[in-house]
Amino acid sequence: MIRKKAWAGTLESSDIYVEVSPAEPGTGLELTVQSVVYAQFGDQIEAVIRETLRDLHVTDAKVSVSDRGALDCTIRARVETAVRRGEDEV
Amino acid sequence: MNKMVKTIKEAITLSGLKDGMTISFHHHLRNGDMVAVMVLEAIAQLGISDLNVNISSVFDAHMPILQHIRDGVVTGIETDYMGGMVGRAVSEGILEKPVTFRTHGGRASDIIRGASPIDVAFIAAPTADCMGNCTGKEGPSACGSLGYAFADAMYAKKTVVITDHLVDYPLIGGSIGEDYVDYVVCVDKIGEPSGIVSGTTKITKDPVGLVIADYAAKAIDASGLLKDGFSFQTGAGGASLAAAKYLKDIMVRKGIQGSYGLGGITAYMVDMLQAGCFKALYDVQCFDLDAVKSIKTDPRHMEVTASHYAGPGAKSSAVDSLDVVILGATEIDTQFNVNVHTDSNGYIMGGSGGHSDTAAGAKMAMIVAPLSRARLPIVVDQVLCTSTPGATVDVLVTQCGIAVNPLRQDLAERFRQAKLPVVEIHQLKEMAEKLTGVPKKPVHGDRVVANVLYRDGSLLDQIYNIPVFQA
Repeated sequence: MIRKKAWAGTLESSDIYVEVSPAEPGTGLELTVQSVVYAQFGDQIEAVIRETLRDLHVTDAKVSVSDRGALDCTIRARVETAVRRGEDEV
Repeated sequence: MNKMVKTIKEAITLSGLKDGMTISFHHHLRNGDMVAVMVLEAIAQLGISDLNVNISSVFDAHMPILQHIRDGVVTGIETDYMGGMVGRAVSEGILEKPVTFRTHGGRASDIIRGASPIDVAFIAAPTADCMGNCTGKEGPSACGSLGYAFADAMYAKKTVVITDHLVDYPLIGGSIGEDYVDYVVCVDKIGEPSGIVSGTTKITKDPVGLVIADYAAKAIDASGLLKDGFSFQTGAGGASLAAAKYLKDIMVRKGIQGSYGLGGITAYMVDMLQAGCFKALYDVQCFDLDAVKSIKTDPRHMEVTASHYAGPGAKSSAVDSLDVVILGATEIDTQFNVNVHTDSNGYIMGGSGGHSDTAAGAKMAMIVAPLSRARLPIVVDQVLCTSTPGATVDVLVTQCGIAVNPLRQDLAERFRQAKLPVVEIHQLKEMAEKLTGVPKKPVHGDRVVANVLYRDGSLLDQIYNIPVFQA
């Protein structure tokens, strides 16, 4: 469960900046995606983020990302780091 | 005879500039240029409108031109390169008339043969005398070469020299001569010297870029062209400059004395001259202050006009004798066509400059680029805009291998013998897509916002508008 606002990543080229904030239980995921390659990969980026959140059992959260052309592995790593920071694990 | 005029406005009035005419500018002050904006401001105040602006390159410093477009002062742009900020507005359709893109050589030849006549040329001159003899080598806004401005000054109906450093007549070591100049204006400041060094002229530290540069230098070594008399041009991108540095190491180690370095000249080319890699430099534009200093002090470092540099209509030009050129690309397709005009979303953010001139002239035209950039594979099925035709592009060097145009089996064979990693261009596309995924094609509108002319004046491609997303 996301307890506090947390973030991971940078705005450097080929990276992604991910911010997570708590949300009331039952409100679900509120995902905002900004990307320099939205036209080419927008759907794919959103799918990878949702899949990563599901794997981490995050059901209620506000997640906003600013993508600079990160690969899927980078997106997963940044999302996981932001979530675990938000859960106070790291 | 008095050519000195107190204000730019007065010079404009004296030049006879009227609605619907063509004015021209050159871009040696690059992103530090203040002259184009100053002149357009004066023109707007005089109430002159519907002007066609022929400017050798448009930089972000020229953003105020957008307001003059909205006001109807400027209704047409002809250029060889357009930076991302003005480019975005053009892509979104700010101009009714499509922009005309030329190459640096094509622009000069079209001016000379009368295909793109200029009514009034404005020359930003870092130093001038009262009769209009001028140079870029001296003065507080020194920019070195004035190569692109010669055709403008020589063939415009009227030529106005604008300087911020007026010296006694006669100027010693002038470039453009008084015989072409009608009026001279002295203003407080024509440019920001720091803006001359803009963006790309630093060597890369990126390990991927250094691998590419290493392959590029080794490929040149293996090409059979690297011997005494070798001639060379490189772009100012980080990987291109790193390749020049590695190439220098090879030339020094093997004791090879080249003939000339060409192009927009950077500190790295000056360094190669001083290390004995070349007999001379031909300089159409200085990219940094080391180059400015060198062209001023070293007689082997020579100013060259755009026509002499790359003019397809000239009896000969320096690109015709060029052995190797290293160039960049935003995209390259499997037919080796290169895009340097738009980004991967189709927005204008560049232009040929001398790209297709040098690719056509050089015995080996080499593109250096990473396999992918910010998730976008460099190799695509079809480029969004053909800036340089694939038939003139010989080699693509990436960190994952070197693709050789099938027309150049001779080069592929030499690279293989040198144990360089030769791959098919399709393989590079597949390798990239394995990492990035397959990108969807961006959408464009159906209105032409720019015509891209090849160096001979023929229509090479067209750039379409990008629909503005209404949130």
